[in-house]
Amino acid sequence: MPNHSLSRMFVRFSRGYKRFFLLAIISSGLSILFQFLMPQVIRITVDSVIGDKPFALPTSIMDFINSLGGRDFLRGHLLYCALFVIVFSLLSGVFNFLSRMGVARGTEGTIRTLRNTLFAHVQRLPFAWHTQNQTGDIIQRCTSDVDVVRNFVANQLIEVLRTLILITTALTLMFSMNAALSFVALIFIPIVMLYSGIYFSRISRQFRDADEAESDLTVDVQENLTGVRVVRAFGRERYEVDRFDEKNDIFVSKWVHLGYTLGTYWGLGDLVTGLQVMSIIVFGAILAVRGSITLGEFLVFVSYNQTLAWPVRSLGRTLSEMSKAGVSLTRLYEILIARAEDEDENPGREKPDLAKDIVFDHVTFRYESQPVLKDLCFTIPHGTTFGILGATGAGKSTITYLLNRLYDLPPDGGRITIGGVDLRDIDRDYLRRGVGVVLQEPFLFSKTIEQNIGIAVKDPTLEQVRRCADIADVDQSIIGFANGYDTMVGERGVTLSGGQKQRVAIARTLMLGAPVLVFDDSLSAVDLETDARIRDSLRKNTGDSTVILISHRISTLMHADNILVLEDGAAADIGTHQELISRPGVYRRVYEMQSDAAKGGSWQ
Amino acid sequence: MTENIFENEQTRASFEPKIWKKLWPFVRPYRYKLLLIVALMVVIAGVDIAMPLFQRYAIDTFITPGTTDGLWVFVLAYVGVLVVQALSVIIFSRASMVVEMNLGRSIRRACFVHLQQLSFSYYNQTPVGYILARVMSDTNRISSLVAWGINDLFWAVAYVIGVFGAMMLLNVRLALLVMTVVPVIAVITALFQNRILRTNRRVRAVNSRITGAYNEGITGAKTSKTLVIEDRNDRDFQQLTGLMYRTSVHATMLNAMFIPIVLFFGSLAAALVLQQGGYLVMEDMLEFGVLSAFVSYALGILEPVQQMARVFADVIAAQVNIERVTTLLEHKCDIVDSPEVIERYGDCFEPKKENWEPIHGDIEFDHVWFKYPDGKDYILEDFCLKIPAGQNVAIVGETGAGKSTLVNLACRFFEPTKGRVLIDGRDVRERSQLWLHSSLGYVLQSPHLFSGTVMDNIRYGRLDATDEEVYEAVRLVSADGVIQKLENGYQTDVGEGGDRLSTGEKQLVSFARAMLADPPIFVLDEATSSIDTETEQLIQNAISHVLNGRTSFLIAHRLSTIRHADVILVVRDGKIIERGSHDELMQQGGYYYSLYTAMSIDQMQ
Repeated sequence: MPNHSLSRMFVRFSRGYKRFFLLAIISSGLSILFQFLMPQVIRITVDSVIGDKPFALPTSIMDFINSLGGRDFLRGHLLYCALFVIVFSLLSGVFNFLSRMGVARGTEGTIRTLRNTLFAHVQRLPFAWHTQNQTGDIIQRCTSDVDVVRNFVANQLIEVLRTLILITTALTLMFSMNAALSFVALIFIPIVMLYSGIYFSRISRQFRDADEAESDLTVDVQENLTGVRVVRAFGRERYEVDRFDEKNDIFVSKWVHLGYTLGTYWGLGDLVTGLQVMSIIVFGAILAVRGSITLGEFLVFVSYNQTLAWPVRSLGRTLSEMSKAGVSLTRLYEILIARAEDEDENPGREKPDLAKDIVFDHVTFRYESQPVLKDLCFTIPHGTTFGILGATGAGKSTITYLLNRLYDLPPDGGRITIGGVDLRDIDRDYLRRGVGVVLQEPFLFSKTIEQNIGIAVKDPTLEQVRRCADIADVDQSIIGFANGYDTMVGERGVTLSGGQKQRVAIARTLMLGAPVLVFDDSLSAVDLETDARIRDSLRKNTGDSTVILISHRISTLMHADNILVLEDGAAADIGTHQELISRPGVYRRVYEMQSDAAKGGSWQ
Repeated sequence: MTENIFENEQTRASFEPKIWKKLWPFVRPYRYKLLLIVALMVVIAGVDIAMPLFQRYAIDTFITPGTTDGLWVFVLAYVGVLVVQALSVIIFSRASMVVEMNLGRSIRRACFVHLQQLSFSYYNQTPVGYILARVMSDTNRISSLVAWGINDLFWAVAYVIGVFGAMMLLNVRLALLVMTVVPVIAVITALFQNRILRTNRRVRAVNSRITGAYNEGITGAKTSKTLVIEDRNDRDFQQLTGLMYRTSVHATMLNAMFIPIVLFFGSLAAALVLQQGGYLVMEDMLEFGVLSAFVSYALGILEPVQQMARVFADVIAAQVNIERVTTLLEHKCDIVDSPEVIERYGDCFEPKKENWEPIHGDIEFDHVWFKYPDGKDYILEDFCLKIPAGQNVAIVGETGAGKSTLVNLACRFFEPTKGRVLIDGRDVRERSQLWLHSSLGYVLQSPHLFSGTVMDNIRYGRLDATDEEVYEAVRLVSADGVIQKLENGYQTDVGEGGDRLSTGEKQLVSFARAMLADPPIFVLDEATSSIDTETEQLIQNAISHVLNGRTSFLIAHRLSTIRHADVILVVRDGKIIERGSHDELMQQGGYYYSLYTAMSIDQMQ
């Protein structure tokens, strides 16, 4: 992963927000300047106003002081000196505020762009990408890794810059007063930074261990809670507590171990910082006694040194944590360089009439090396109902995915055409709107039921929504909910049963009014009675749409005009229900098995 | 849904000792350690106060008189103090970590143990995420506050008192001057802290909505594609990130205002000291060293005063966490064994198995009335049913018609509102829950497995089973073929919640698990979801083996299981409307008749 493309990516996202970062850096510098001028005022006041050392100031300022009345005037009006302290502190505060606000606006804006880009990109990545990557991992990247990057920009990047400005300013001022004493302060800086840098890279492993122990424990508790019925039904409470205790103990011991290491780090860190302050005091005192520095300068040294102590200490830590941000950026970069569907070499531009015959012409498809569909040839005449029967893994769903261009056939995989146009030449979005698919495990969004059903069309009316819900036989269930169509779905709302979800998804797809409808095992979770009712109203209400039903229930398929029997990706048979049960084969075997169950063994 | 269960983000304005008292039983074992920590904090505060004095001493003893006599003694003393400080920090932070973790451990354990006893009605009403947050994050927050926050508070208090004392000794007038800024800073901090906490909470809330949106965007990606709603999703998401932007910038603004304001008041104090002290020095009423020490104190007092206010705000905020945890701990179990029962049969952690009577499996519902704790209407009214040992009871009805109620009562997952459930002729309440549950086999429609291997999961049915016994149980339910085909056979890791297995495989494993337990009573919630025909055959096979000779409840979806049942109960809208054998019910020609014919015609045609 070349570093320059990472930073280029970052620059791309910060477009429009650079002025905020610029503001932040300038204000930060000014804030530090005023922060350092304040002790200078105290020094001059102590040395030259209260004491009798000569002012060591630029002539322009001296002229101003003299015009006021010189040292005697100031001695009489110490308030003015105090006012300077206050004014500098105020200015330092104002610039500090501006710098933080600049950082905040710049960072939050950049991160907003990053988040939006990620979200939009992930949605448009091909279906194959989604099946190859784990949901948990992608979410982790889009949330935690973005947070790491955000932290890096908001805190670390600016903090490092700030600390560097701080160190440079302080050292410049210190060297201008006394070189020898400045060296004493300078020596400690790399020591402290190295100390905390090495320490933090060391304990990051312990942190990881401790985090893992925590997530182990969390998983344990979560599984116990979700499996509470199993635990109770087997009377395994004792066993569960024992297992919890074990994980709990590991978690505790890992963190205590980490705590010991951290405690040592803090203690030793305090000692080193303390020694640095002490060295300045001792050497400063010696120099002051020899007359190399004034008392006021001594005080300034001590105060600058204290200002430096903490930032320097955290700089080591910050630097060691910065490497994490690089790792996170790389992980995000990996998502962003994956090619989205619309960046495809062959996006397809045609928008033909989809109310035409669908033809599978020697269709062969494989996932990686595993063959799924083998040389399929069949025609689905427009306006007919077409059934597909097959066992799990026979390739039923793959047909759905191909019809919707969730996958494209490879160049040598034959072709699927609608009205003679190859699917691969048809505009993706146009095709998907024209081929309405209800997936086997439908996903509902955490919106109201009305919004869910109407999600795919622009400004749907409640009447339209209810009509489709009614066809899907779910209208009655929905108005039975306390909030009816305004009921929220998902975590923050009601939990719909599997059958209700499937029916809502059917209604949602019906809203598209598509000329081709595909039901991929989408009635599996409803009972047979409802199944029959829905199929009945579909027949009446879908007009001259082509309907493709995929199932392993004979009863769902038997009314279809034509039924394809898939076995291991190949067409085992094709025909009407009557034709298929009149000859031996998979269909008849399945039919007998299922009606046998219906007979209860001894049907008369 | 009851309101105490859900996250209500209320903030309390005041400190309430009553809430903290509830924590005492957990804190008590660590009281001496906490005392040690507090003592160390006082030492550390003392050292922190002494630091500016070294500077003052150096000025007054060496610089002003212009001599380096006694410098070595000074260095030694200084180093000595630094070492004391370092050691105190090391000991205190270690002790704090030990207290934090052990305190967390015992609260978490108490929650977990209590959760093992809470009734299903609690689980039905409370999402797992909320419970998990109480057990994990709330306990973490509480223990870290007790171990670290309270110590920070003591350090800050000790420091402020110490500094004040030191300043009073040095110069009363200047001391009073510096102290005037303390209440100002405290008030500002308290004001800001409350707002900052609230905004931070808002930021976190928006953040978790963003995580939710990603979750939805990614898990729903396939659906979004098929519906072509990517642009719409983008717009929804951008609204959320816009909100995040505004909230975060607002949160930062509060922080960015707060710190400069506090620092400003600190330098105000320093300026006052400079002005007032300067005159005193000029009039030889004050030494240079004292003046410089005062300037240090004026700036140094900022941190502890802020800390005091911050910790205090944290303490108040944490009261919500404590309340959440104690609400969980105090949540009453709906189903408890009486003391006499526990005396005789033991509880669910320490069973007295020697006193357990063997269970035959006669079940009787004796004038049972029942309504769910969160429901209004009676689901069972004066219901009577005798199930002799070995009989099969099938329960049929539409999806969501409330078919599990009887099972819940027979298994004592719920208790009758009125009336009795008898097992082997005695009220279930006369025996312990574990006695009954140890004799149950339970297979759910969506079976739940625990992460671990297939072997671990089957053995969950009987922990002391040998490998041979496990294999035997697997053979009995004809799952051996399927398990051997898995990647690593019995050693295959099933993943979290069994996610790496298909639904059919999960069902077979859970049948084997139940088979291994060899229970006299069996409950089966048949699967309706998509399982291919071959696996379904295997499962049918397993069912008939498992049911053989056991009292059983079947929530039935298949005609074969219904027909073979000894008693069929027909449920509609949560109520039992018909019951009898298959033939009796078919003769009645009621709802069962229509249900059955619809199903069979559909399947027969």
